Amino acid sequence: MTEPAIVAVDVTRTYDLDGVFVSALRGVSLTVSATDYVAIVGTSGSGKSTLMHLLGALDRPSSGTLRIGGRDVATLGPAEMALLRNETIGFVFQSFHLLARTTARDNVALPLVYRGVGRRERRARAAEMLERVGLGHRLDHRPNQMSGGEQQRVAIARALVTGPSVLLADEPTGNLDSTTGEQVLGLLETLNADGVAVVLVTHDREVAGRAHRQIVMRDGLIVS
Amino acid sequence: MRVAEAWRVAIDALRANRLRSILTMLGVVIGVGAVVALVAIGTGTKRQIEQQVEGLGSNLLIVVPGRLDPGAAPTASTLTMDDVDAVIRVVGDRSRVAVTISSGETVRAGSREAYASMQGVLETTPDVFVRRLDRGSYLTRTDVTTGRRVAVLGAGTAKALFGDRDPIGRQITIGGVRFRVIGTFEELGQSLGVDRDSEVHVPVTAAQRLLGTQRIDGLAIRAPDRDRIDALGSAVVAALVKRHPDTDFSAVTQEQILGVLGDILGVLTGVLAAIAGISLLVGGVGVSNIMLVSVRERTKEIGLRKAVGARPRDIGVQFLLEAVLLTTIGGVLGMALGISAALLVDRLTPVPAAVTWWSLALAFGVSAAVGIIFGVIPAQRAGRLDPVVALRTE
Repeated sequence: MTEPAIVAVDVTRTYDLDGVFVSALRGVSLTVSATDYVAIVGTSGSGKSTLMHLLGALDRPSSGTLRIGGRDVATLGPAEMALLRNETIGFVFQSFHLLARTTARDNVALPLVYRGVGRRERRARAAEMLERVGLGHRLDHRPNQMSGGEQQRVAIARALVTGPSVLLADEPTGNLDSTTGEQVLGLLETLNADGVAVVLVTHDREVAGRAHRQIVMRDGLIVS
Repeated sequence: MRVAEAWRVAIDALRANRLRSILTMLGVVIGVGAVVALVAIGTGTKRQIEQQVEGLGSNLLIVVPGRLDPGAAPTASTLTMDDVDAVIRVVGDRSRVAVTISSGETVRAGSREAYASMQGVLETTPDVFVRRLDRGSYLTRTDVTTGRRVAVLGAGTAKALFGDRDPIGRQITIGGVRFRVIGTFEELGQSLGVDRDSEVHVPVTAAQRLLGTQRIDGLAIRAPDRDRIDALGSAVVAALVKRHPDTDFSAVTQEQILGVLGDILGVLTGVLAAIAGISLLVGGVGVSNIMLVSVRERTKEIGLRKAVGARPRDIGVQFLLEAVLLTTIGGVLGMALGISAALLVDRLTPVPAAVTWWSLALAFGVSAAVGIIFGVIPAQRAGRLDPVVALRTE
């Protein structure tokens, strides 16, 4: 078996808030394999968002070892972290984070911009990806012309367009009604079956229950 | 990220905030426009004066009492016609010497009157300076020696007094004394807003009698050739100092006058450009300010871009290009504004304006530089934003 997508060993993260040190993570170890479907659950303040940022290479641990895609993030500068995110991680956010004045197709193509892919190829790959999430008929729509479920599917297409090994979804159904939330989860599960690791951050037990395994966090530690 | 892509993103961002982009540009537009227009006015004025000084004729020496230092008080003239005769003897050719005594006078013809500069002169004036007659003839040597009351009118004065009628042979009065018009000059136009066509040439002797004086204000000599100007000037000054041991005299050439005027106008143009440059600077600060606001407003967008793989440099370049785009578009519009303003001033007012290439190049270069200088801080700030913090911003 190949190397796990993400390996965290005894990772901590401490924030310095104007001289007050706040420990958000207090020693977390976790492995995400290439085919994993993990749900991270916990109340707000439990450290699950912080863990999510670390797993997504948006942030670096204060101590401990974190390897993403086989690379130790402690050795990487901001530009290398950006490249790592671009190549390895796909993000799906609760509030979609789509560029408002940009069409679905160009939103999806955005990560490829930073990979230096030409415009024509970007647009072709973005269209293909939108087709895959069932939005082939929405290529030139702007976010405000689409429903919440459609916007989240655009965001998933954007996360997938670079061919990442891990999809990190932060409350992906949090802003959706149950029917569309169900559709989005179904899509994530299909993708997982196709070989992308999915890490879901949620406080919804029902959503978490569908994952292959659950990681419960409390006070900066994994409790089960 | 490819450069073409960065440009596209920058243009999109400016389009999204069209009004704000235009208002931000306005500062640069006005600054660049002011630089171009004011430098054009300074340059135009300088050129016009140079042309006029050169247009007086070549190889001229102007002799005046006193020192020709900037800041020196003007010296009352003690020169008389006897001195002029002495100078003519030094020069050896009466036709190369011109004198003047001038006074502002009200000139009347019938019920019409006009204010004009009365110039008491020798018959040699058209030989020494370049002056062309429109009608009639100029003064003769006999007119000068006998103090005959005859006058040659500038084009403006002739028009004011006689309209379209032929003034030759008609009577005018200067300071209540009757003169007969024997000629009129061709039109000269204006210089620095001063009408050069409102003048009356009369024999120097008649002018002295009218003004009740023996003095003349200054004299001019046309040297036979360029090489002899300096020697001739020294000889004339020496002859005059000998006759007036208490007075200094200066003999200056056109080049010297041009040099002094050029220096003064150069400084003036520089000062104008500097003042305009300040407004450009203020425009640059405006750009910086708006870019900072823009970075803050688009924090979420920056966070998202970083999350999907934008490096700090990619974000920095995007915002820097935006600032440069703002100022260079503003710069181009400003050049158009400056050129239009200069052309309007040139056409509609007596102030001449000449747009120079160097001022355009300078203005454009400075506006691009302003974009870079004032764009760097916001761009760095954007590039360094922590993606976690940026994504959390709502």
